[in-house]
Amino acid sequence: MAYSEKVIDHYENPRNVGKLDDKSDKVGTGMVGAPACGDVMRLQIQVSDEGVIEDARFKTYGCGSAIASSSLATEWMKGKTLDQASEIKNTDIAEELALPPVKIHCSVLAEDAIKAAIDDYRTKHGES
Amino acid sequence: MKLPIYLDYSATTPCDPRVADKMSQCLLSEGNFGNPASRSHVFGWKAEEAVENARRQVADLLNADPREIVWTSGATESDNLAIKGVAHFYSKKGKHIITSRIEHKAVLDACRQLEREGYEVTYLEPDSEGMITTGQVSDALREDTILVSLMHVNNEIGVVTDIAAIGEITRANKVLFHVDASQSAGKLPIDLSSLKVDLMSLSAHKMYGPKGVGVLYVRRKPRVRIEAQIHGGGHERGMRSGTLPTHQLVGMGEACRIAREEMGADNEHSLKLRQRFLNSISDMEEVHVNGSLEHRVAGNLNISFAFVEGESLIMSLKDLAVSSGSACTSASLEPSYVLRALGVSDELAHSSLRFSFGRFTTAEEVDYAVAQVREAVEKLRELSPLWDMYKDGVDLSTVQWVAH
Repeated sequence: MAYSEKVIDHYENPRNVGKLDDKSDKVGTGMVGAPACGDVMRLQIQVSDEGVIEDARFKTYGCGSAIASSSLATEWMKGKTLDQASEIKNTDIAEELALPPVKIHCSVLAEDAIKAAIDDYRTKHGES
Repeated sequence: MKLPIYLDYSATTPCDPRVADKMSQCLLSEGNFGNPASRSHVFGWKAEEAVENARRQVADLLNADPREIVWTSGATESDNLAIKGVAHFYSKKGKHIITSRIEHKAVLDACRQLEREGYEVTYLEPDSEGMITTGQVSDALREDTILVSLMHVNNEIGVVTDIAAIGEITRANKVLFHVDASQSAGKLPIDLSSLKVDLMSLSAHKMYGPKGVGVLYVRRKPRVRIEAQIHGGGHERGMRSGTLPTHQLVGMGEACRIAREEMGADNEHSLKLRQRFLNSISDMEEVHVNGSLEHRVAGNLNISFAFVEGESLIMSLKDLAVSSGSACTSASLEPSYVLRALGVSDELAHSSLRFSFGRFTTAEEVDYAVAQVREAVEKLRELSPLWDMYKDGVDLSTVQWVAH
């Protein structure tokens, strides 16, 4: 399968790989997918007192498109407020990375991961 | 060393130069281009002679009679002709067929078609090593069983089936036995004068011959009957019509001659390279070989690198031509049905790669491949949340995943 240049770029130079302290109350963690389905994403955000995402990290088990989708998601989330970040749509990710139809689920998973991380943060702060 | 490195000999092999040379002599006007079925002139006679010589070369590889060799377009057609041909001819005797879960799609899909036509098929489950036992075959036999179809060597995991022992059971029970030998012909000794195999499918392009040609062996003593699937002209004693492609057949014949003479050296070469590969990754954590290593054809290695997904691994291995699962299913996102039938977990099945070595693979290429694999697996494990969890001592089977 041919990958788009952007997928290859994110795959070869993934942005924001890593792990944040999920015990910290500044951190929200979203883990979605299942090994049996061939992809698992862990996406974490660190939120400032002003409610702005000051850091975002990911690790992904999955195909190149899944890795690229989560890498792009972290890039887009940084500097956004929680409300702004929750506006990120899978279709935007799919379009930006020029994902073929069989890989659309990777972008859906990235959107799920974003939402899960935000939810986790809000739950920690009694907001949801 | 030329990049990319080809490590997918189970998918197909390049033609041996000696094969290509013989083939090229059967194409041009000054060459042997005639129609082997032309009886009225020397062009036809010469082509027929070349075809019959090639038929003898195939028969010699299998220790069979040349009259038992039917030319086809490849193993897929041979499998179809054998299974449907037997089922249709013997339908009054019974409508039950036995095969296994890990057969090639050519066998499974032919069986599915017969199920639609009212036949019953039993699919044997392999054990965790990928083996089908004689006991399973005898237990599955019924009064109305007409055919057992099993592969000699599995295309994904390279595991060898004991066709000698299974043949004793089928013969004793007067049931026909078809063997798909696409992955074993030219790699394992096959002696059809002693094996109780009634039909055998072969493909040229898995043994350094051209694509588009294969053979179905149809036993004469005791006589096996099949109903033709392609009609017109009555070629191949009515079993398979169609003008014989002289260049293809000559290519397959030459490939069989070479395989027979060089099988020992070829096997030793492939086995040495496989061992070299295995030795140089033996210190890596969580690497699993899928299928029995003991009962395995020399050139095949199917490995799961846990916590790394196969497709992304292949993406990292830009300079290597390897496959995840079989070439026929590599476009699908489902993990291999063969590995699943062995009871390999979905996640390990998603993490599997098949490396297959052959006549033209070099030690230098294997070393380069190993270095690439190590680097890629390390990189992807750094990216993998599952690897993190494994390192933190989390038992992944106890995790509640949010499936999608």
